[in-house]
Amino acid sequence: MSVAILETKDLNHAYSKGTAHEIAAIENINLSIEEGELVGIIGHTGSGKSTLIQHFNGILKPSSGTVLLDGEDIWKDKTKIRNVRFKVGLCFQYPEYQLFEETVYKDIAFGPKNMGLSAEEIDKKVRQVISFVGLSEDYLEKSPFDLSGGEKRRVAIAGVMAMEPRVLILDEPCAGLDPKGRNTILQLVTDYQKKTGSTVVVISHSMEDISKIASKILVMNKSRLAYYDSVDNVFSNAAELKEMGLNIPSITQLFLNLRNRGYDVKTNIYTLEEAKKELLRLFSKEEK
Amino acid sequence: MENYIDFQNVSFTYQSDNQSPKVLKDFNLQVKKGEFLAILGHNGCGKSTVAKLCNAIELPTNGKIYVDGIDTCDEDKLYDIRQRVGVVLQNPDNQIVATIVEDDVAFGPENLGVEPSEIRRRVDEALKCVSMYDFRFFEPHKLSGGQKQRVAIAGIIAMKPECIVFDESTAMLDPRGRAEVMSEVLKLNKELGITVIFITHYMDEAVNADRVVVMDEGKIILNGTPKEVFVNIELLKKVGLDVPEATELSQMLINEGIELPEDILEIEELTNKLIEALEDKN
Repeated sequence: MSVAILETKDLNHAYSKGTAHEIAAIENINLSIEEGELVGIIGHTGSGKSTLIQHFNGILKPSSGTVLLDGEDIWKDKTKIRNVRFKVGLCFQYPEYQLFEETVYKDIAFGPKNMGLSAEEIDKKVRQVISFVGLSEDYLEKSPFDLSGGEKRRVAIAGVMAMEPRVLILDEPCAGLDPKGRNTILQLVTDYQKKTGSTVVVISHSMEDISKIASKILVMNKSRLAYYDSVDNVFSNAAELKEMGLNIPSITQLFLNLRNRGYDVKTNIYTLEEAKKELLRLFSKEEK
Repeated sequence: MENYIDFQNVSFTYQSDNQSPKVLKDFNLQVKKGEFLAILGHNGCGKSTVAKLCNAIELPTNGKIYVDGIDTCDEDKLYDIRQRVGVVLQNPDNQIVATIVEDDVAFGPENLGVEPSEIRRRVDEALKCVSMYDFRFFEPHKLSGGQKQRVAIAGIIAMKPECIVFDESTAMLDPRGRAEVMSEVLKLNKELGITVIFITHYMDEAVNADRVVVMDEGKIILNGTPKEVFVNIELLKKVGLDVPEATELSQMLINEGIELPEDILEIEELTNKLIEALEDKN
């Protein structure tokens, strides 16, 4: 059995607590994320996704309940919360707006520098991550503000990766990118997970993207945890997901349609290749 | 039908010196009155520049742009142009200005100097049109992304434009929010006859348009009905775009010898065609 790296117990968070405008953003979240998973988080806007992940590295403090990292309450000793943020790296939505240094090099080095690493170690990490995100070392001396949107996004993600967090969290890393940019980032995320074996958590509004990269899916609905299960199990709840303002991937919908029309097909199909295979099987079977 | 928006040999560069790259080069685009046009292209291909040129937020470096016959470079006619063409941006938070929903919708017509009683009527009508009337006394920041985007659309409708440009207005929304905005856009176009220019990265949204234009490096490389455009799978992928999954899957099956039309765009359509093909076998 694998070990849980992140856990939440009866986690609650209310905004504007104690005022007339108090709103529960997340309620009673009990969750256990195992080491090495690639977790996809889906949920309607305002469902509590971003509030939840901001608890994972102590940006937000629970109103009640606990967050455990490696079995330890992250708020047990307040002075150590900084270390939690090095272990759990969070990349916000539109991270390119956070680039601020004069050069790409300095921007990526900012995190490792704050961790107190030596100049040598920092240099090594910066060069490692820049090539990992698919940019050449020539970029290091450029100003981040001279790059294209997609390049800026990759530099910002590289800055978080350079800290080598054990858990990497990305809030909608593909928002606003064109299909090619989207595919580059998705590939980057899966490669990173495979290469480092670290735990990765990705928020997305695209059911297609999540179905292709995630090993497990976490579904938030109206501040509560609706599902935390395998991709197949989550997407087998088509009607419930639609009720929550979500959907199932369009390819999966095709197979659900065929099943409803009386054809014996698998419905846990997410990629075009899988779809082609299953349909060819159906056609050859019908011929007999 | 007459051309409502007419780009004639337009070149555009953001810097005035001649060295900087041209965002648009000898760009020609005509949009008919009442048409629903989708514009596709990778990040940086010049799509948003086209949006900004449509209502004189930017002016062409060379060439001419006419909106309902008015030259956008004619400074005296600036308000006439802005009244005709409204723009809905990607992030509704950048577009909402007031602290109460109905005040926000009233902002546009107020600035146009519309009579107060007429503003009241337009605000109510616009909010009903986007199904946000029940939320008229809400604070915008308490709404979901899709709801905020619908308020932003109501703010544009209240100015009674003849044309609305949507610049990636669904990019930040969840699936339901996207569906809400899309159905609003279709209603504006089909029922009120508003000319729509819809800029998007989502191929499945472009499928709803009368015509699709694909841009690359400041030029138009494909121009036709969604069915005509999306069969060009290779070319679209080459310029960093996608095709609807239904189209790509049917193409893969055709290559395997299964008889299907090659211009299928939607999953429901593909379901039906597959069943027809399966029944033919028996």
